[in-house]
Amino acid sequence: MHRVLAASLACLLLALPCLAAAQERVLRVVSPWEITSLDPSRAGYVFTRMEVAETLTGADDGGLPKPGLAASWQVSGDGLVWRFVLREGARFHDGTAVTAEAVVGALERARANPGVLGNAPIAALSASPGAVEIRLSRPFVALPAFLAHSSTQILAPASLDAEGRVRAVIGSGPYRIAAIELPQRLEVARAETWAGTPPAIVRASLLAAGRGETRAALAESGQADLVFTLDPASLERLRRNPRITVLSVPIPRTIVVKLNAGDPLLADTRVRRAISDAIDRAGIARAILRNPEAAATQLFPPTLAEWHVPALAPLAHDPAAARASLTALGWEPGSDGVRVRNGVPFRLSLRSFPERPELPPIAAALQDQLRQVGIAVSVAIGNSSEIPAGHRDGTLQMALFARNFSLVPDPIGTMLADFGPGGGDWGAMGWSSPEMARALDRLSAATDPEERARLRGEIAAILQAELPVLPIAWYEHTLAASKRLAGVSLDPLELSYRISAMRWAE
Amino acid sequence: MLRGVAAALGRRALQAACVAFAVGALSFLLVRLLPGDMALRIAAGRYGYDLVSAAAAEAVRAEVGLDRPVLAQFLDWLWRLARGDLGRSLVTGETVASEIAHQLGATLTLALAALLLSVLIGPPLGFAMGLRPGGLADRIGLAVSAALRAVPSFVIGIVLIVVVSVRLGALPAAGHGEAENLVLPAATLALGLAAVSSRVARDAMAAVRASPQFAFARTKGLGEGAALIRHGLRNAAVPVVAWLGVQLAALVEGVVVVESLFAWPGIGHALVHAVIARDVPMVQGTALVLGLIFVSLNALVDFACLALDPRARPR
Repeated sequence: MHRVLAASLACLLLALPCLAAAQERVLRVVSPWEITSLDPSRAGYVFTRMEVAETLTGADDGGLPKPGLAASWQVSGDGLVWRFVLREGARFHDGTAVTAEAVVGALERARANPGVLGNAPIAALSASPGAVEIRLSRPFVALPAFLAHSSTQILAPASLDAEGRVRAVIGSGPYRIAAIELPQRLEVARAETWAGTPPAIVRASLLAAGRGETRAALAESGQADLVFTLDPASLERLRRNPRITVLSVPIPRTIVVKLNAGDPLLADTRVRRAISDAIDRAGIARAILRNPEAAATQLFPPTLAEWHVPALAPLAHDPAAARASLTALGWEPGSDGVRVRNGVPFRLSLRSFPERPELPPIAAALQDQLRQVGIAVSVAIGNSSEIPAGHRDGTLQMALFARNFSLVPDPIGTMLADFGPGGGDWGAMGWSSPEMARALDRLSAATDPEERARLRGEIAAILQAELPVLPIAWYEHTLAASKRLAGVSLDPLELSYRISAMRWAE
Repeated sequence: MLRGVAAALGRRALQAACVAFAVGALSFLLVRLLPGDMALRIAAGRYGYDLVSAAAAEAVRAEVGLDRPVLAQFLDWLWRLARGDLGRSLVTGETVASEIAHQLGATLTLALAALLLSVLIGPPLGFAMGLRPGGLADRIGLAVSAALRAVPSFVIGIVLIVVVSVRLGALPAAGHGEAENLVLPAATLALGLAAVSSRVARDAMAAVRASPQFAFARTKGLGEGAALIRHGLRNAAVPVVAWLGVQLAALVEGVVVVESLFAWPGIGHALVHAVIARDVPMVQGTALVLGLIFVSLNALVDFACLALDPRARPR
């Protein structure tokens, strides 16, 4: 079969003219995420990662805000008025200056669209020469982190048509768009309007390839220089490839099981604790994620130093304790191995989805591990939207997914949405804690570092004690980079591909 | 001849209209019957699942008018279709017509390249095998063809990527925009098609070769080559060309999978994403165009058969 294949392909090769682009070397990036739209609220991350569009602020590897399009900022004594001073000499790719009015217009648009900015307590935005003033309805220290989200990127007014639709992405970053073909290809070139140090890489292209096998093949064959998000099996193979450097960093994304604490079966904290004890996180991390370090001992990984609390007693695997606890609570083993109390069998359903390829096998592992302590779990792999849907109509019992706590670089944004009063679509369900609500409320206004650390510790301790969600594993962000490139680094917050800091290693 | 063409055209035009209605109605209905809340699905397609919330879903529901009666929504689509308006994608906000216009070229390029390649590989090999039925080449051909047909195009694609792209480094594994990007996806589809057309060609050739007319041509003194060219090929070509029409179904089905694998920006790829995101106008639009491609390619096959086979023409 291969001989026939090789012969027919050889014919083809001879027949096709080889179109070698001889001019500038193009840095080729491959990622799984499609460019579904030009609109910042939909696929804005594509344009900030490729450094075409800028946000007012950025974030360093630890999640602390750093200047972006705003060179500096000050906050009033009462914490209600923030003033962002724009970088001097900043210009959009069409040559026009980045004015405060343009920034206010872009932010107003971001507030009106779904995204993170609508969740910030913003009362009013106003423009003064060279600066933007944001007035809040209550103190909110995470504002700079919210302004680093890609949906708040600042585009030139000329990007919009008369109806307010985005027709072109005219940003202010070091790269401008040279060609774009939705939903899969984007080419960028160094922007002449960029006033900072000109990047060494002159041209770059982005290809969206949804299948992991395809991405791994592109990296392996040297047809791509930067390939993001690799599956565990390909990762091992790529690590042995002498032409490739594999980088991985833990990111503030955690695989969790959401539990409906409003369900009679799961209302008791001791039951949730027993389920947690039954889970062999180290086994899942080793066998499925192929990274023993990934087993979660609490919600946040150690790399998220501000939120990880080393003093917390780690979540451990203890099936004996789980069985004893369930028996003590009146759940007696039934004839088919499933525990029964007052004639009710301990049966649960778990929803998950396949877009993140490791979730279905983890769901199967959980099913087996819970079976061993006498809990029968039926697994339904469907669409991710079944989870918020089940949250709303109350039919959800358990759900397995990966939650991103750095939607805005400061996890407080996600924590407020997930564990605030009433819980959240991707957070607590049927569970609320007045202590938690108070701590979150104080944290979003507190500025004293010691006070903030104390509050974060308090929040982590409540989550660890009451387990509204069960942390399973920490996520790793992965990159296969060609050794032809120098200066490669991986942004744990996925805000940028950092192409402007790279160069060709000759 | 002309009357034959007119009749065939008329038949196909009617068929196209029926396909348009049936495909539109079915895709509308099927998307509705799929489990899950449409508004949430659409919101997930637009903003990514991390940002999906009940509020975003409600905004989508109101904007798209999902709470209107289903029949009213369908009649609305039909009325717009009659005026040539396919509507706007619920995910990207672009018009369906402009999205498809962009993808159609990519899909047609891929489908035609695959068809051409399969015609170059399949029938010549099949005719050669048919000249010596039961010979070694024939038996190897049968085994290879059965194997290729039994393997899904997805697997053929991955094998090609691993062998040609990763091991040999000869061609890019995915992408588009340059001619060399076309080779692997087209070859993936062509191998599956050639697997069948080579067998059909082989059987047709074997039948022609065993026919009395072929024996007569040889008896009257024509050499093997001349008999083959004058009396063999054209006779054997009719069933092969007719079979191509049947194979188009496999092509349309294959395009959907192969485009995703090779990150090829065509209609099949768009259809997969539209179904996942419950983007009804895009599902209807892409299914409609795929259906119409199918009908028009079948029409072309009809004409090719008319041209090849004088017996089929009305006198």
